[in-house]
Amino acid sequence: MKPISVKRPTYYQELRNKGYSRRDFMKFCTMIAAYMGLESSGVAQVTNALMNQPRVPVIWLHFQECTCCSESFIRSSHPMVADIILDKISLDYTETLMAASGRQAEAAMEKTMKDYYGEYVLCVEGSVPVYEDGVYCCIGGRSARDILQETAAGAKAVIAWGSCACNGCVQASKPNPTGATPIHKLIKGKPLIKVPGCPPIGEVMAGVLVHLVTFGRIPELDHVGRPKAFYSKRVHDSCYRRPFYDAGLFVESFDDENAKKGYCLYKVGCKGPTTYNACGIMKWNNGTSYPIQSGHGCIGCSEAGFWDNGASFYTRIPNFPGFGIESSADAIGTIAVGATAAGVAAHAVASAIRKNGDKKRLKAEGEASVEEIE
Amino acid sequence: MKTTRLRRVYVWEWPVRFFHWIFALCILVLGITGYLIGDPLPIQSDAEASHRFWFGTLRFIHFASAYIFLAVILMRMYWASVGNKYARWANFVPTRLRFFSRIGQVIRHDILLMKVPEDTVVGHNALAGLSYFFLMLLTFVMVFTGFGMYAQMSTWWLPKLFSWMPGLFGGDYLVREIHHAGMWLFAVFIVIHLYLVFYHDQQEGRGEASSMISGYKFMEEEVFENKKAVEEPAEPAA
Repeated sequence: MKPISVKRPTYYQELRNKGYSRRDFMKFCTMIAAYMGLESSGVAQVTNALMNQPRVPVIWLHFQECTCCSESFIRSSHPMVADIILDKISLDYTETLMAASGRQAEAAMEKTMKDYYGEYVLCVEGSVPVYEDGVYCCIGGRSARDILQETAAGAKAVIAWGSCACNGCVQASKPNPTGATPIHKLIKGKPLIKVPGCPPIGEVMAGVLVHLVTFGRIPELDHVGRPKAFYSKRVHDSCYRRPFYDAGLFVESFDDENAKKGYCLYKVGCKGPTTYNACGIMKWNNGTSYPIQSGHGCIGCSEAGFWDNGASFYTRIPNFPGFGIESSADAIGTIAVGATAAGVAAHAVASAIRKNGDKKRLKAEGEASVEEIE
Repeated sequence: MKTTRLRRVYVWEWPVRFFHWIFALCILVLGITGYLIGDPLPIQSDAEASHRFWFGTLRFIHFASAYIFLAVILMRMYWASVGNKYARWANFVPTRLRFFSRIGQVIRHDILLMKVPEDTVVGHNALAGLSYFFLMLLTFVMVFTGFGMYAQMSTWWLPKLFSWMPGLFGGDYLVREIHHAGMWLFAVFIVIHLYLVFYHDQQEGRGEASSMISGYKFMEEEVFENKKAVEEPAEPAA
């Protein structure tokens, strides 16, 4: 990565100024390299980058969202994560955490956009409403869409934080009254990283940013634009309850004996088998636990349209659109097969009646043949 | 009394029969295991999970059958290009207007049971042929969605070819739902298909049911005289 033109302190200098020891710094580098899935030599690359690269300017926008992404981020297991990126020095503009307000805040953003044109990273939290010219989300008298287009123009890369920015989350679920739209549908021609989840895991967010700093380019993405390092495995495939699934031992209801034994939550609607995320490996709250570990199925919060998928977080068999709320695919299938069988039976009766007239002739012919053979 | 003379016609060559039965078996196994994977049996057990693997085995059978399912449909598609006239694409894909008028005749005669002349054919009738064409499309829906979900668990290039599938539908969930609904379409097909085999066998007495075992059907001598049924639907060049 080419050195950023304006002279600024490196990440390491910033951290030393804040009182972290070199040992703390090295521990952080090792941890984040492991999270990013780098081999052991990658630790040196991360360390080298954080020691020599000046901080990357970041503009962090908040639109239709609940700020859970920011919350997740500042509570990631290592305090340095928050300090390194979210501290006021490192973050040029973010509505929820910056000290400035009003004119000063807007000026800070404008300055960053001007000084670091083509260099800053644009982080977007939340979806953008597009109905009624975007009046459903306005900041400082301007619509979210307007702000997004302007800031994205000079961004080196765009990161869509959380399910809102990646797929619209709850506000884009049916009937989507505000026209909530994910970021990738509004910004074209910029490298865009989707980091879905409601919220995404803090370490995942830090890992994505550190990857940008270390390698100067966006991480390898999968077919839907998520970093492969964190979203290439299903929650199901890294689940510690997986042996129960393979053994065919399932929780039937939340208060049964099987639930107490910690069996697989597949039949009570766990969406782990269709959800790509790192929850089973990184876990949450300093690696303490994650939903399945605490006895609740995965709700698939990092998957597109997870609010609309199926009727409930607690059923396995999908409900079918257009057939009412209580009609599962299997109920409709059973009815379809039953109706077919009934139609077929009716046809059998009708065709037997039609053939009836022919019966006498066939019988006589058959008997004549018997005689001829004898 | 004058009796009907029947002649043996070799309709289904062995690759067609081989395909039919393996494919039928695959559908049965895939359907049953697939249904159980979607809605597993409730089992209470004192055994440790490490001593049991029935669900894993069930899934293994499903995946193994899926490979066979894919292999035989590809084989059948190849045979549709090199097999005899009753095995060819022209039986399944409506390319000429004549195909549709024959479908109309089959519907009037066999479905609505109207008193119209039978469209005597040796191989598939036009409507059956078209239904198998749709079955082939359904097979591909199942192959694409199934392998699309499976690709994630595999390191082999073949299933990996389908790894773009879930992205197309915005995630695994919809892919899974389509795959699940497809199973029910197969169930509906089986009911209709089985009935019509018995219907034709009982109504026409040409050995419809046994023809898929022996390969032969029995046609009346008069059919050879007007020859239409034996020739159709031969391709113009072939």
